[in-house]
Amino acid sequence: MEYVKLINCMRCGMCLPQCPTYKETFLETASPRGRVALMRKIEEGDLEVSERLLEYLSLCLDCQACASACPCGVNAGEMVAGYRCERRDGKELSTMENLILRRLLPHPDRLEAATAPMRLYQRTGLQKVVRKLGILKMFPPTLERMEGLLPELPVKPLRQTIDEVTPAVGPERGTIGFFLGCVMSLVFSEASYATVKLLSSLGYRVVTPKAQKCCGAPNMLSGDREGLLDAARFNVDLFAGHRLDFIVTDCGGCGAELKKYGHHLEDDSRAATFSAQVRDITQVLALHADELKAKLNPLSLKVTYHDPCHIAHCQGIRQEPRTLLRIVPELDFRELPEADACCGSGGTYNIEKPEMSDRVLRRKVENIKATGADVLVTANPGCLLQLRKALAQETPPIRVLHVTEVLAASLLPPLL
Amino acid sequence: MDVSFISELKSIVGEEHTLADKESLACYGYDSTPEYESRPGAVVLPANEEEICRIMARCHAAGVPVTPRGSGTNLSGGSLGRPEGVVVQTSRLNSIVEIDEENLTATVQPGVVTSALHRAVEAKGLFYPPDPGSMNISTIGGNVAENAGGLRGLKYGVTADYVMGLHTALPDGSLLRTGGKAVKDVAGYNLNQLLVSSEGTLGLFTEVTVKLIPKPQAKKTMLVHFPVLENAALAVSHIVAARVIPATLEFMDRVTVKCIEDYAKVGLPLDVEAVLLIEVDGHPAQVEEDAVAVRRICAEHHCSSFQTAADADEALKLATARRVALSSLARVKPTTILEDATVPRSCIAPMVKFIQDTARKYNLTIGTFGHAGDGNLHPTCLTDERDKDEIARAHKAFEEIFDTALAMGGTITGEHGVGLSKKKYLPRLVGESGIRVMQGIKQAFDPTGILNPGKVF
Ligand SMILES: Cc1cc2nc3c(=O)[nH]c(=O)nc-3n(C[C@H](O)[C@H](O)[C@H](O)COP(=O)(O)OP(=O)(O)OC[C@H]3O[C@@H](n4cnc5c(N)ncnc54)[C@H](O)[C@@H]3O)c2cc1C
Ligand code: SF4
Ligand code: SF4
Repeated sequence: MEYVKLINCMRCGMCLPQCPTYKETFLETASPRGRVALMRKIEEGDLEVSERLLEYLSLCLDCQACASACPCGVNAGEMVAGYRCERRDGKELSTMENLILRRLLPHPDRLEAATAPMRLYQRTGLQKVVRKLGILKMFPPTLERMEGLLPELPVKPLRQTIDEVTPAVGPERGTIGFFLGCVMSLVFSEASYATVKLLSSLGYRVVTPKAQKCCGAPNMLSGDREGLLDAARFNVDLFAGHRLDFIVTDCGGCGAELKKYGHHLEDDSRAATFSAQVRDITQVLALHADELKAKLNPLSLKVTYHDPCHIAHCQGIRQEPRTLLRIVPELDFRELPEADACCGSGGTYNIEKPEMSDRVLRRKVENIKATGADVLVTANPGCLLQLRKALAQETPPIRVLHVTEVLAASLLPPLL
Repeated sequence: MDVSFISELKSIVGEEHTLADKESLACYGYDSTPEYESRPGAVVLPANEEEICRIMARCHAAGVPVTPRGSGTNLSGGSLGRPEGVVVQTSRLNSIVEIDEENLTATVQPGVVTSALHRAVEAKGLFYPPDPGSMNISTIGGNVAENAGGLRGLKYGVTADYVMGLHTALPDGSLLRTGGKAVKDVAGYNLNQLLVSSEGTLGLFTEVTVKLIPKPQAKKTMLVHFPVLENAALAVSHIVAARVIPATLEFMDRVTVKCIEDYAKVGLPLDVEAVLLIEVDGHPAQVEEDAVAVRRICAEHHCSSFQTAADADEALKLATARRVALSSLARVKPTTILEDATVPRSCIAPMVKFIQDTARKYNLTIGTFGHAGDGNLHPTCLTDERDKDEIARAHKAFEEIFDTALAMGGTITGEHGVGLSKKKYLPRLVGESGIRVMQGIKQAFDPTGILNPGKVF
């Protein structure tokens, strides 16, 4: 850890009101300022690394709201994540981590095969029986939480069904490389299908290289830097083979990581080019907002938007999704209080830290309800999973959609 | 701290709200004041007035020091506890008890965040003017204890001008009620005002009643650029002398503007020596008239550009930019030593010049910004705490700056309080008799000296 980054925090507290865990606890140890102080104390030899200290640090959601708020340029969330990584260095990955990070994630076909039983499990109705009987209560609580988060899986992942090249509709204006992302393709294939169709309807030829691997963000989170670099090298190589105007993703998490490839692979100039081409889907669509607007049908929905951390805080994208929602005729857009506060999903945080995750989520749900919206829109798979589950339980239930699903539904002729 | 005493604290506020592990305590060893640290023996987060009184009584009986703490944003070391003492953090007492639209008052618990009160009263068309730069973080209790000022101080005054009533827990655990909703009250000594700016040394506020005013109908926000720094400072004095009282009249020098722009990217100019942020508000006709006068005076002082915010969004952006001035300065170097020198308004130009000369003399970078309309300047020295020589030079420079401020009839702190960091200057300001009277008052409130010991004197 670079010491100067730690002493750069001048303790003004500007980050406190933005930090979801501080807002829940009012504890300095659960605030960005406190987390930086803890790391600083370790560096200075004033505190030693203890179980408790790691526990305090691990309560951070890595949402980076603190970074957006900090006028001094301190990024407490990133520093905590980096610190966790550093502490791992040299330590072997556990068998489970090895299985997931090295043997499953980098191989989309294996990942898809592994989730096939889940699709079967859901479609045979077994899931309903299991849920009803509460059989999962007999297993460790983590398993039950994971099961509960699973939405209806699509019949097939998008990677298997989408064409490698989707031609432009009408005169071609450019070529876009589409980065699928594991969860989007596996679970939200409909939203991603909409992404591709929207781009082609705007005149882009869309190339979806099927060999692409996971972006590497899960490796980074688990401190597996090598795994991350492998993924980065592979993807840079793969996309460099095409002449592209942009590389687009509809997953906020992937977008944030892909934009860092240039930084991760400093010695490969192609990585910098790759990162410079990466756009979130909302950025590209917003470029053509006027043109899109002319093609949209009215949708009379009351809609609000939740800013995913990886989009608002990590990539600084706030206006584009709102612009896109506002151009839909008759759509009643309502601003969400604390829109850019984390929903508590945080990668695997909702499974590892269920209690805090639930508290953060509760606040989000209350804010959403206060808007009176009947649809919540967001743009990242982690948030979609977390909020779909939570909002399905409200009466009446509130639907949760990706920005591209809303636009696709309003596009003439309808895409979905 | 003694284990049995900690379990007594737990029995009052609950296990979850009593912190005594060394990791937690390390996080309460600082506030926003650079260079000061002191780790308390325990921290408690009470839920209500009654728990606070019980904690006080218990600490009083055991002779254990108590330090109140809101959000720890003060800049004078005021909320740092003692190793043998307890810090009482009020964040959980954060409800707005009542907004009384008939009497134009609001009654709140001490841990209510300043901007939350703003939002609540503005939703009812009312206005609570005090708005320290830290308003999104600081608590009302902390504001009262420091008599916080803010960007609207010039026209609307400071926290003291709005505090009508207080509930204060005294060291022995009894509750003192002062003031209230009656606008006029001359019964006995004005304890209410005495408690404002007591910096947590006389009692712990458990409830605060403040005065509200109608929300101004209109406002105009202007940003004025000056190629010559002294002209900006003179313009400030002349606007006030022309009997125009803007709500906000903020000064920022080039160093500050550059840092703010780095962070906030609001389009501040980078090629000028100083910028004034001016806001006039009130009746629409008056606002127009004031804006014209302000513009004329700035032109007379050779401003290079005069920009009026197009709408509320842009105005908010500009004001927000000013609020992050202090923290933005920390982008240049890690340790920002901020001061709070205040002079009569007519002395702003010579004071700003003196600060610049002093910075040059000691080879330091000092960025100056502040509530210039109040004569309240924040020269901020950008240093690196690892460079001991630089730190020593900074302290020497500030000695001279304070001596000069005093010589001009100013003061050592306009809003941040004495706390630990200004202690040595206080006698120079108030003299021996001043200290004697203050100590007598302290004795009357806190005979055993357990409340925030070591602060102020
Ligand atoms: C970026 C930044 C900008 C700032 N801008 C301004 C500004 O424009 N104007 C200004 O005046 N100040 C400003 N400040 C200073 C600071 O925010 C104020 O002093 C504020 O009032 C402190 O509030 P707090 O809740 O953080 O209190 P703390 O810092 O926690 O405590 C301050 C003092 O009040 C006492 N205290 C706290 N709560 C209570 C209570 N309930 N009862 C009795 N005593 C109590 C404490 O013991 C301590 O002595 C700024 C600070 C920062 C970091
Ligand atoms: S992390 Fe940034 S915003 Fe938070 S206290 Fe430190 S300097 Fe201030
Ligand atoms: S990353 Fe999020 S949870 Fe972690 S310190 Fe920053 S704001 Fe708090």
